[in-house]
Amino acid sequence: MGQIRLNKVSKRFGEVEVIPPLDLTIEDGEFTVFVGPSGCGKSTLLRLIAGLEDITSGHIEIDGADATNVPPAKRGLAMVFQSYALYPHMSVRKNIAFPMRMAGVPADEQARRIEAAAKALNLTDYLDRRPGQLSGGQRQRVAIGRAIVREPSAFLFDEPLSNLDAALRVGMRMEISELHKKLATTMIYVTHDQVEAMTMADRIVVLRAGFIEQVGSPLELYHKPCNEFVAGFIGSPKMNLIKGAEAAKHGVATIGIRPEHLDVSSSEGAWKATVGIAEHLGSDTFLHIHGVEGCDPMTARVDGELPVKHGDTIYLTPQLDKLHKFDAQGLRVD
Amino acid sequence: MARNVTQQRKIINTAAAWAVGLLIFFPILWTILTSFKTEAQAIADPPIFLGFDWTLENYQAVLERSNYSRFLWNSIIIAGGSTILGIIIAVPAAWSMAFVPSKRTKDILLWMLSTKMLPAVGVLYPIYLLFISLGILDSKIGLVIVLMLINLPIIVWMLYTYFKEIPGEILEAARMDGASLKDEVLYVLTPMAIPGIASTMLLNVILAWNEAFWTLNLTAAKAAPLTAFIASYSSPEGLFYAKLSAASTMAIAPILILGWFSQKQLVSGLTFGAVK
Amino acid sequence: MATQHSRSAARLMMAPAVVLLLGWMLVPLTMTLYFSFRKYLPLRGGDLGWVGFDNYVRFVSSSSFWPSVMTTLIIVGGVLAITVILGIGLAVLLNQPMWGQGMVRILVIAPFFVMPTVSALVWKNMFMDPNYGLLAHLWELFGATPVEWLSQASLTSIVMIVSWQWLPFATLILLTAIQSLDSEQLEAAEMDGAPASKRFAFITLPHLGRAITVVILIQTIFLLSIFAEIFVTTGGAFGTKTLTYLIFQRVLESQNVGLGSAGGVYAIILANIVAIFLMRIVGKNLDA
Repeated sequence: MGQIRLNKVSKRFGEVEVIPPLDLTIEDGEFTVFVGPSGCGKSTLLRLIAGLEDITSGHIEIDGADATNVPPAKRGLAMVFQSYALYPHMSVRKNIAFPMRMAGVPADEQARRIEAAAKALNLTDYLDRRPGQLSGGQRQRVAIGRAIVREPSAFLFDEPLSNLDAALRVGMRMEISELHKKLATTMIYVTHDQVEAMTMADRIVVLRAGFIEQVGSPLELYHKPCNEFVAGFIGSPKMNLIKGAEAAKHGVATIGIRPEHLDVSSSEGAWKATVGIAEHLGSDTFLHIHGVEGCDPMTARVDGELPVKHGDTIYLTPQLDKLHKFDAQGLRVD
Repeated sequence: MARNVTQQRKIINTAAAWAVGLLIFFPILWTILTSFKTEAQAIADPPIFLGFDWTLENYQAVLERSNYSRFLWNSIIIAGGSTILGIIIAVPAAWSMAFVPSKRTKDILLWMLSTKMLPAVGVLYPIYLLFISLGILDSKIGLVIVLMLINLPIIVWMLYTYFKEIPGEILEAARMDGASLKDEVLYVLTPMAIPGIASTMLLNVILAWNEAFWTLNLTAAKAAPLTAFIASYSSPEGLFYAKLSAASTMAIAPILILGWFSQKQLVSGLTFGAVK
Repeated sequence: MATQHSRSAARLMMAPAVVLLLGWMLVPLTMTLYFSFRKYLPLRGGDLGWVGFDNYVRFVSSSSFWPSVMTTLIIVGGVLAITVILGIGLAVLLNQPMWGQGMVRILVIAPFFVMPTVSALVWKNMFMDPNYGLLAHLWELFGATPVEWLSQASLTSIVMIVSWQWLPFATLILLTAIQSLDSEQLEAAEMDGAPASKRFAFITLPHLGRAITVVILIQTIFLLSIFAEIFVTTGGAFGTKTLTYLIFQRVLESQNVGLGSAGGVYAIILANIVAIFLMRIVGKNLDA
């Protein structure tokens, strides 16, 4: 069980309102990702749920019970920190055992759970080492192991992969996803990386300046961003937002078209433009294009085989059914 | 900086550094050497550096003249007791300041340090009266309390400095793992801060061992530590250089050895975290 | 990381230290203030009643007062100047590549561990004695008349002894600071064409700013109250009477508690002036 309900929760640090009152329900077993640019309040929100910060007003319910004033130790949640926060003076085994020791779990049961967690996380050979002797990825797994053995009602992850290098990050991303499939426990995951959000989440909560901009499944956010901010934040490369005359043709203030929804031709199309930089990734090529009115530079994602280079003149045509429209307030118009 | 320093420069550096080092150390060396001379050799003209008849008679004389072991024991109790008591009081305070800082934290720290600037002599008589009325004049417990209080600001400061180096996330992790405040301090913070706590204790043992205002003014026969033992040689008997040297060597040897073993840790703590 | 719960726990855990120090500060301070307004001669009649500001006036108008303040400032200032300047020099020297650096460090730090009574006695008798002291022998070696250190150059002698005790502290802190200087900075300056003297002046010295502040702060705290060095060597004679020592004499030697307490209040005021000045610098430095 692990349903978490936030009811008019807000947080102020002195004069600064970090989180204006917000409502959010995280369903049992759901993998929810809080995503947003740095300083959007996503980590604060997670720490409010964890109980590491007091909420200024509102209520937090965990499994239907009011947890607003329950200290973190008693909320039944486990957390994986950005720095892993392993206890450097304890072996891996003792690190993983610590929450059970605090809870008074019998020694044989502790040993059993440690074995199981170590096996699941490929840590069996490292149980007697200190965290200082482990690689970044291994430390990350110890931190996860320490969270698993508590059998919490929900896992909280605070940017857990940001200290890993790119290759490890992809691997760990999948391990965490698999873990979620296996345990089917509620997980809340904070990240500023929209790729992590898209690949891992059942549901994404996009935050900006403490406000929830949109809540939805990854594909909902991709296909129907409710405003310009979400449109620009979700998807890589970023959506092109075009203002002015071109947008006026569609009767709105701004139109948006994703780089992968632009058709490129060397002879004809809606917009004539010049290629600035062409980034050849092999499978795809990203073109940075100059000359389209209301959006400079524009990005297009084209087939990797397409022979284009700096200075070429090309023609672009947006796929009209994939066009996003936003009004003067930046809100989606359908 | 993998650059070859010329051998010549290294030789000059070494010579200069050793010369200065020996010059600074010389008074101590001379004292130790003199303690093994006869009184006549100790004041010989010209002074004898090494070519004298080594003797232990001065140490015997000092031990006969006064009860060295009692002074030593008093010093150990006073220095050790005040340090342990100070640590017990300072660890929770430093935890608060390092991990739950508020706007006033720095003011409180600076205020604590400023209490160390209060001239002891200004409050000597009141303390003297208080000690009489509490019946702890010339007692070890009285000195333990006073030395703990005068060194408490330093202990809190040093621990604060060390604790601040420990990432708060680790303590938060302990809290998430179900640790109570007591568990958090006892099982997570303290073991992680052992090096810092150790060097704080060392420095305070040294400061308390060498403290010479309160120990001289608040003790008489019973609780007098080594500072008083050695002060008794300031009388004309001090002119017996060899015996003075033996007594001095006996007073400083324990702390000199302790200090040498721990000098690395000491320095890092002494800088109050302002120098890394 | 602060919840209401942890904040109240923090207050509770800070309480013993704060309460004890507050008591340590206020109780004797109040008593000192009280005594300072009374004629109080423990051996000659005890508490003889209220005398207003008499003690304060008498203490300041005593011919020893201003000289004692001067002596205090000269000792503190002199020792600070010597230890900081020599300390920087020594730190730079010890930071050079050499053989046996660890051993030299041990030699240099040793005086810090010597108790003040011992160092005062050793210096007084075995080095500064005009007949048998080593310095006298040294002077004779060059055909000079031995100096009667503690009577003819008393203040200089005290400053020398105290500087010897505190030089290790200054040196080691400054050495730690120098070692933390990023060598790439110095290399960059060298690439920019700065000679060694300029590198020292524009990179090493500014880098030491914080360390020097710390040295000054901590040493001042201890130097303002030096006692044993004077007690053992001159007993306050020959112009070495610091404010601390003057008060000590009033209270214990002339047994005039009222007068001594008024002096104590002056000393507290002087210490506070110095403290405020220092705290300003340090408080700022600790922010960074």
